[in-house]
Amino acid sequence: MQAGVIAVQGDVSEHAAAIERAAAAHGEAAEVVEIRQSGTVPDCDVLLMPGGESTAISRLLAREGIDDEIRDHVAAGKPVLATCAGLIVAATDAKDERVDTLDLIDVTVDRNAFGRQKDSFEAPLAVKGLESPFPAVFIRAPLIDEVGDGSGVPINGGDGGRQRTADPDGDAVEVLARWDGDPVAVRQGPVVGTSFHPELTSDSRIHDLAFFDTVEVSGQ
Amino acid sequence: MDEVDDIEELKRGTDLVKRGFAKMQKGGVIMDVVNREQARIAEDAGAVAVMHLEAVPADIRKRGGVARMANPADIAEITDEVSIPVMGKVRIGHRKEAEIMEAAGADMVDESEVLTPAEEKYHIDKRDFTAPFVCGARNLGEALRRIDEGAAMIRTKGEAGTGDVNQAVHHQRNIKSAIRKLEGMNYEEREMWARENEAPRDLVHETADLGRLPVVNFAAGGIATPADAALMMYHGCDGIFVGSGIFGAEDPEMMGSAIVEAVNNWDDPEALFEIASDAGSGMRGDANVDLPEEEKLQNRGN
Repeated sequence: MQAGVIAVQGDVSEHAAAIERAAAAHGEAAEVVEIRQSGTVPDCDVLLMPGGESTAISRLLAREGIDDEIRDHVAAGKPVLATCAGLIVAATDAKDERVDTLDLIDVTVDRNAFGRQKDSFEAPLAVKGLESPFPAVFIRAPLIDEVGDGSGVPINGGDGGRQRTADPDGDAVEVLARWDGDPVAVRQGPVVGTSFHPELTSDSRIHDLAFFDTVEVSGQ
Repeated sequence: MDEVDDIEELKRGTDLVKRGFAKMQKGGVIMDVVNREQARIAEDAGAVAVMHLEAVPADIRKRGGVARMANPADIAEITDEVSIPVMGKVRIGHRKEAEIMEAAGADMVDESEVLTPAEEKYHIDKRDFTAPFVCGARNLGEALRRIDEGAAMIRTKGEAGTGDVNQAVHHQRNIKSAIRKLEGMNYEEREMWARENEAPRDLVHETADLGRLPVVNFAAGGIATPADAALMMYHGCDGIFVGSGIFGAEDPEMMGSAIVEAVNNWDDPEALFEIASDAGSGMRGDANVDLPEEEKLQNRGN
């Protein structure tokens, strides 16, 4: 499997190590490529969008012309795991003009909704389909505050918002985990997004869920 | 599962959370700013974080006197202005400045040789702070002592405020070549190395096994151009601090975004050619060799 880690900024090596570990556990070899420029995404089977600063990441994705390639990847039904800043960039709307979102997953997010770094935390988190809690690390994490119904209608009513471009046939967004009532892990079609950082621990179950279809999430 | 139980098991300020914050800065540029207007320009230029201080190092050098933590009220003002993390500098060994900085909401505290040290010999015990710390180092032993005290990020000291990248290169090479040497040593040689370099033994073994520092390693001190930033990435840094180099440049916004783009394209000479062409001219600077030893900021703290 060719795994592309979006590497313009953020915790790239942690994502590279995490996908290699997850693939090895399934007897597969992940050939990791770090993506800083356009031209490589089309060769990738799966993509990982790391944590970092969403303002800096979205700016560089646009400058390097990687943004459209990621949209095409998702439109072709190929899997993506987007964590923290990756989720912000993958969302429909980050309610902040400083971030150009890619509309890969029909959610609106609140950047840094958990507060500043002193409010960052780790905690066990119940995730749909996982038998035991996942060790979730939240670092200046975003919160998902609106989840689309898959109708293709922009969730903020189109009022200054965007039309969804990815997955126009409309898989509904499925909430995989909540923290204190609010969604912190979601899946829509081939895209899984988390507010927290599964790549910072050695637990591969979020990767299993995103890429290896070994976690049964249906029958919610 | 009961979510209430989860919240009770919530932990803040752990090594995982503090070092994790530093990891999110990788591949990015952290820019020194003295006020909210500069913070805005830095964010627009693509900075991953801003470092607040009262005056940039080049101006501290010129002005002389005691350099202290900036007014902590300014941190709150800047956190209102920008969405990226805001860091603040405190004096080496000044625990109270660090506590005030943490209370003010700084996302990371820089225990910095750029300010006048409160103590010559001792650094702050950083382990029980919730806020992560970054500290400067000139070599691997110094870096590992800071990590042992709780630093979640190491940066080269370089020679701040000079616009001369020479010392940052020197310090990064010291760190990297010591790690390369350790990798080739057996257990008892590493033990001896730890003794000779006054470095904590467990961190020496951990670093040798990892083949890198166990925390994020940024470059700082004298980086003034996109080419300087690319050079430090070539030397294996995880990201870049730019102090006087942004707002001492002819056009700070152009220089800021050029340095951001240079960090992403550090191994592509064609792209760097384009980026460097659009950067405008850099700060004037003072060559390192011309500085008398007592004016060198890097000698503060060990």
